[in-house]
Amino acid sequence: MNQPQTMSQKILASRAGLPYVEPGAIVEAGLDMVLANDVSTPMAIRGFKDIGGEHVFDSSRVVLVADHFTPNKDVASALISKEMVEFASAMRLEHRFEGGSSGVSHVLLAEQGLILPGELVVGADSRTVTHGALGAFATGVGASDLAAALVTGRGWFQAPASIRVELGGELGPWIGGMDIALALLRLLGPEGAHYQSLEFFGPLLPRLSMEARMSISNLMVESGAKAALFPVDQVTTDYLRDKAKRSWRSVAPDPEAPYAKTIKLDVTGLESLAARPHRPHDVATARRAGYEPVNQVFIGSCAAARLEDLRVAAQVLAGRQVHPRVRLLVLPPTPRIMLQAVREGLVETFLAAGGVMGPPSCGPCMGGHLGVLAAGEVAVATANRNYRGRMGHPSSRIYLAGPAVAAASAILGRVADPAEVLS
Amino acid sequence: MISGMAWVFGDHISSDAIIPARFLHQRDSRSWAKVVLADLRPEFASQVGFGDFIVAGRNFGCGSSREQAPLAIKTAGVAAVIAHSFSRMFYRNAFNMGLAVFTCPEAAVRVHDGDRLRLDPYSGLIEDVEQQISFQAQPVDPYLTDLVSQGGLLKKIRKQITGHG
Ligand code: SF4
Repeated sequence: MNQPQTMSQKILASRAGLPYVEPGAIVEAGLDMVLANDVSTPMAIRGFKDIGGEHVFDSSRVVLVADHFTPNKDVASALISKEMVEFASAMRLEHRFEGGSSGVSHVLLAEQGLILPGELVVGADSRTVTHGALGAFATGVGASDLAAALVTGRGWFQAPASIRVELGGELGPWIGGMDIALALLRLLGPEGAHYQSLEFFGPLLPRLSMEARMSISNLMVESGAKAALFPVDQVTTDYLRDKAKRSWRSVAPDPEAPYAKTIKLDVTGLESLAARPHRPHDVATARRAGYEPVNQVFIGSCAAARLEDLRVAAQVLAGRQVHPRVRLLVLPPTPRIMLQAVREGLVETFLAAGGVMGPPSCGPCMGGHLGVLAAGEVAVATANRNYRGRMGHPSSRIYLAGPAVAAASAILGRVADPAEVLS
Repeated sequence: MISGMAWVFGDHISSDAIIPARFLHQRDSRSWAKVVLADLRPEFASQVGFGDFIVAGRNFGCGSSREQAPLAIKTAGVAAVIAHSFSRMFYRNAFNMGLAVFTCPEAAVRVHDGDRLRLDPYSGLIEDVEQQISFQAQPVDPYLTDLVSQGGLLKKIRKQITGHG
């Protein structure tokens, strides 16, 4: 009889061909999906060539997505995109996302059913953890790891100890995944889950949509977490029903699995939250986060701009006007979300309110492209990092929040709780 | 046994401080080694000796996951980084780049800048020659020690594929 294992241990053990893996032990394991973007691919391709790589290990399990600077913002980024397209063609990659099919990778791959429960996934981008929402062990790696993975389809992993996160209580109006994620970051701090994985449990889960789970997993990197896994349940199977591109098998933690510690969050009475500049863990209620004038509101990124989030933002903005000082930028993270937002009339709501629509792209999230902030400007973003200078000038300031707070802030011109607009 | 001088740094030294983004357009690791940690200690890059050590506080290498950070440190001749703790991505990238790193909170607190250190990379025993004290670093998995001795992940894979390095 094997010792009981967490979900993280079980996925790593199974992909390493072992019955059991001890937290702290290092294993080499087979990968189910390998992901890179326009920041990490060029270095990975160089590594791939350096080690004499000729073919990728499996042309259906490598995905390269140009998302940070797409549509190409300058000649340098255009050359990177071109290199990616040429590499993808040479390697005959099965899943291609270029031009009008490209979007923010961590939203795109889930939507395309390319990452599935029980899988082991690496991406040369820290937000790869987002896919933990689907019950996959997904984690960020460096460009060398990626180059090696492209050739061998394998990677080395130190099996993490896991923290059990119990979510309970009743969600109030306008409270969503971002509020829960920020509440957890406030609890964990920047190193609270260092080298560890988070595994979610509790009576709230059946009422937590896949979109909300993805926002939560996405932000957990800021606590140092290596992975952030949700169990596979009805919500997961419903989400994957007409998406999954491969068959899959879910992995559940053993009943007596060893957790390094347990943290509990009761969401009853939780108010809309915002993280203040310049730390994602410096979290306050949206009502009290800060009263300074806001110049820009960005609804986009891989954190919280999925269809459900856009619907929430549109509900707050419907029939209202964006504050004259505020630039509201809405970038649906994938073409499919954009199309659905058009069909549902959400885009019309954003434009009628005075917002600007942008293409599926990371855009302002990392200050590289579109919506860059000037000196001293203040932004509210449905994103995941608000470190100094992240969105532009080092003296600009960023608040992070969910779509309801972002929309309310766009209307009032300061960080605001949606109830302040709707009452 | 490796012997060299300790260069002491504080907590939360980010990969941005190790190799500032303004140098990333350069493609040669030797050019990074010339500016490594320059914003914190301008004299470091030119004076660090082959086999010297970086001794740092908590969360060394935090921030962006750029691999240029451990590579620049290794190219500058640093034998090993000893820290209270490392950011996950720096820790991983360091082994992949063939840079030895040791977790040792006690050494991080007690070693003084300029102390001569001796390190046994296999046992993780660190000796401060000046102060005549020694510290035991947390054990490093043999898998990772092997990765470093093979020169890093890509050299190791290259050997596996082509049969030679
Ligand atoms: S949206 Fe932001 S966090 Fe997400 S992948 Fe793009 S730059 Fe990174």
